[in-house]
Amino acid sequence: MSATAARPEELDDATRPNYLNVSHTIKSWLLTQDHKRIAVLYLVSISFFFLLGGLAASMIRLELTSPRGVMLESETYNKMFSAHGIIMVFLFLVPSIPATFGNFALPMMIGAKDLAFPRLNLLSWYLYMIGGGLILAALLMGGVDTGWTFYTPYSSMYSSGHVVLAIVGVFIAGFSSIFTGLNFIATVHKMRAPGMTWFRMPLFVWAMYATSVIIVLGTPVVAITLALVAVEATMGVGIFSPALGGDPVLFQHMFWFYSHPAVYIMILPSMGVMSELIACFSRKRIFGYHFVAFSSLAIAGLGFIVWGHHMFTSGQSTFQSLVFSLISFVVAVPSAVKTFNWMATIYKGNVDLRSPMIFALGFLGLFVVGGLTGLYLASLATDVHLQATYFVVAHFHYIMVGGAMMGFLGALHYWWPKMTGKMYSDNWAKIGAALVFVGFNLTFFPQFILGYLGMPRRYHYYDFAPQWQAYNIMSSAGASVLALGYILPAFYLLHSLKYGKPAGRNPWGAVGLEWQTESPPDTHNFHEIPIVTHEAYDYAAVDEIEHAQAQEVMKKEAHMGSDE
Amino acid sequence: MSTATHTRPDPAEVDLHVQFEDIEQQNETYLVGMWTFLVTEVMFFGGLFLVYILQRWMHAPQWYVIHEQLDWRLGGLNTMILLFSSFTMACAVHFSQLRKFDKQLQMLGITILCAFGFLVVKFFEWSAKIEHHLVPGAHFEWAHAGASKGVAEMFFVLYFSMTGLHAIHVIIGIIVIGVLATLVAKRHTSVNRDYLPTEMIGLYWHFVDLVWIFLYPLFYLIPKS
Ligand code: HEM
Ligand SMILES: [Cu+2]
Repeated sequence: MSATAARPEELDDATRPNYLNVSHTIKSWLLTQDHKRIAVLYLVSISFFFLLGGLAASMIRLELTSPRGVMLESETYNKMFSAHGIIMVFLFLVPSIPATFGNFALPMMIGAKDLAFPRLNLLSWYLYMIGGGLILAALLMGGVDTGWTFYTPYSSMYSSGHVVLAIVGVFIAGFSSIFTGLNFIATVHKMRAPGMTWFRMPLFVWAMYATSVIIVLGTPVVAITLALVAVEATMGVGIFSPALGGDPVLFQHMFWFYSHPAVYIMILPSMGVMSELIACFSRKRIFGYHFVAFSSLAIAGLGFIVWGHHMFTSGQSTFQSLVFSLISFVVAVPSAVKTFNWMATIYKGNVDLRSPMIFALGFLGLFVVGGLTGLYLASLATDVHLQATYFVVAHFHYIMVGGAMMGFLGALHYWWPKMTGKMYSDNWAKIGAALVFVGFNLTFFPQFILGYLGMPRRYHYYDFAPQWQAYNIMSSAGASVLALGYILPAFYLLHSLKYGKPAGRNPWGAVGLEWQTESPPDTHNFHEIPIVTHEAYDYAAVDEIEHAQAQEVMKKEAHMGSDE
Repeated sequence: MSTATHTRPDPAEVDLHVQFEDIEQQNETYLVGMWTFLVTEVMFFGGLFLVYILQRWMHAPQWYVIHEQLDWRLGGLNTMILLFSSFTMACAVHFSQLRKFDKQLQMLGITILCAFGFLVVKFFEWSAKIEHHLVPGAHFEWAHAGASKGVAEMFFVLYFSMTGLHAIHVIIGIIVIGVLATLVAKRHTSVNRDYLPTEMIGLYWHFVDLVWIFLYPLFYLIPKS
């Protein structure tokens, strides 16, 4: 660059080269190695699968308004909730926050130019798409009716659906998340900017790190487990099927060894987002930073030794159940530590109720209900009553939809100005958040009652207990409100792309490194690698400087006034 | 990775990817990535080892009988071959650090030959199993006293899936070592300025050997009935 040319940071926003406008060809998107562009690819594809999963959900809710199952055949109904579960878990929840916002923000938050392995990152998106495509193909060719859990021997011996194809899809999508996790681990270990010590890292980065550890340790196990199901299904050898001499409970052990930690793959990233939002919009450092950071690691560790709580009624020994029950109570502790720390942060904070913060508060409300009901399920005696009822369905939706999805939306609203350089309408966003919160509770709270009353999950015919219909109708009505709440952001966010006001570098006055670059950032994030001298969330210092500057301006103005 | 003989590459000479500040950082990052990958590999095989433990524990006496269908001499031969290849691979890393590319190439060549030798022995072992109808599935036949057909079939499911998964890793190893050797032969910049690619592939190859070191005694050297 010649000496006379303007430095990039001096150009005005519209003309400055950034990661979005460097090239507009489709090829430049499909072959990009820029973590931010890959994040956008993920955002679009994940939203697509979320929409599909949502459509399946609306069929389920529609069907349940009548106790006699008038709309769908039983078989179709089974395929519907399986499609819903498989898509939502493997193609939405697991990759959602890590692959989009982790990808987008993590390198910037630690002051790196990109992830450690950009090509692997792109490969991971392609694997996601191939896995998603295979799952979609399996669903279109006639579907799978095993539920997302693929329990044997049903899945390997009796199911008539395209189980093997779906399993191959899940297997491949699993490698996508393994590669993302591996990339994050290497990045966090080795790519931090000068001065960015481990305990200066934003808590979102800690959460992504813990998530990656779970991904890397857990996903290969479920991959091999599902591969064994496919072997049993195609070759007819008895690994899991008792009719062939196999052990069905072994499948459940291996499946939940991944799938319990997997629920933390879904929620930990969201917890990381919470720490960012709550600190930023309370303008305070996170209360007990170290505790929040270590609780992520504690969750990652403890999460691996509680899987048996999914098998209290599957025939594992009572002693095993007892131990698993105890450890399940223990795993609730780090989650509670986080929750209390967030609340302590908000307490006496200078709370600014902008839309991302509304999502954060929504998360807190829903996550607490989800977590506390987990304790009922972790208690042996109550779980025997509640196992496989709508109570379980409500529990995990409070956490996965109420928690993880709220976190996803919060992250989307928080980082959208950075991603696109545009501000959306905060008022519409608040309406959206309120719709989601109200719709969500209306949908899922009645399911706790239904489950307590004994309604089994995965049934679509409950004519034997018509008193359940009122709750089911309530739930379905809530689902429509919820759907509205999810569709609304699509409108005002897309609207903002064209008509939104320029966001500027730091619309929220946040302290993270990602807010020091332009919005949207340059391809390599920073023109100069930042040097970190402060702890994360040093809002007090920032606000002090701002306060001093404002005073300065006021003084000047007062002075000028007296001159006139 | 730091050895006395390790000559640090001149940063100006090495291909530095844009996301890294310097070559040290790049190399360390690659190593962290490789080790993390190996951890996932351990977990990957770990699932199968778990099934192995349970099956053997439940049916130990029968396993003592069944495993006699495997020839410990062939397995032992393969163990020697792989151990030797691990040695040559380590030599290749060493010569790469010393930038003695001809010697490195020789060592990589021997490693690949060993890997092929391993697969040839496997091929003979497996074809014998096919002949004796010991491949799980519709054609499985079992007529030996002391073990039931179901247990025997499960033994061979584990035998084939674990050694098969291992063999896939050997084949992948041949491919990546082959690519590496080609690049070394051409003195391609990505490998002749830096030993790291060789070191990473070396790590992978040692891992593949290590898995076999577990598989051999677990399948071939079980006590006899
Ligand atoms: C606060 C600590 C938690 C405890 C003590 C807990 C406890 C439990 C228990 C005991 C079950 C089994 C219920 C049954 O099948 O009878 C269960 C199911 C479930 N939990 Fe949690 N849980 C907790 C947190 C979470 C989190 C954070 C998530 C997800 C992000 C989650 C997602 C799920 C899911 C998906 C299921 C149902 C799986 C299925 O059968 O399809 N839980 N929980
Ligand atoms: Cu669980």
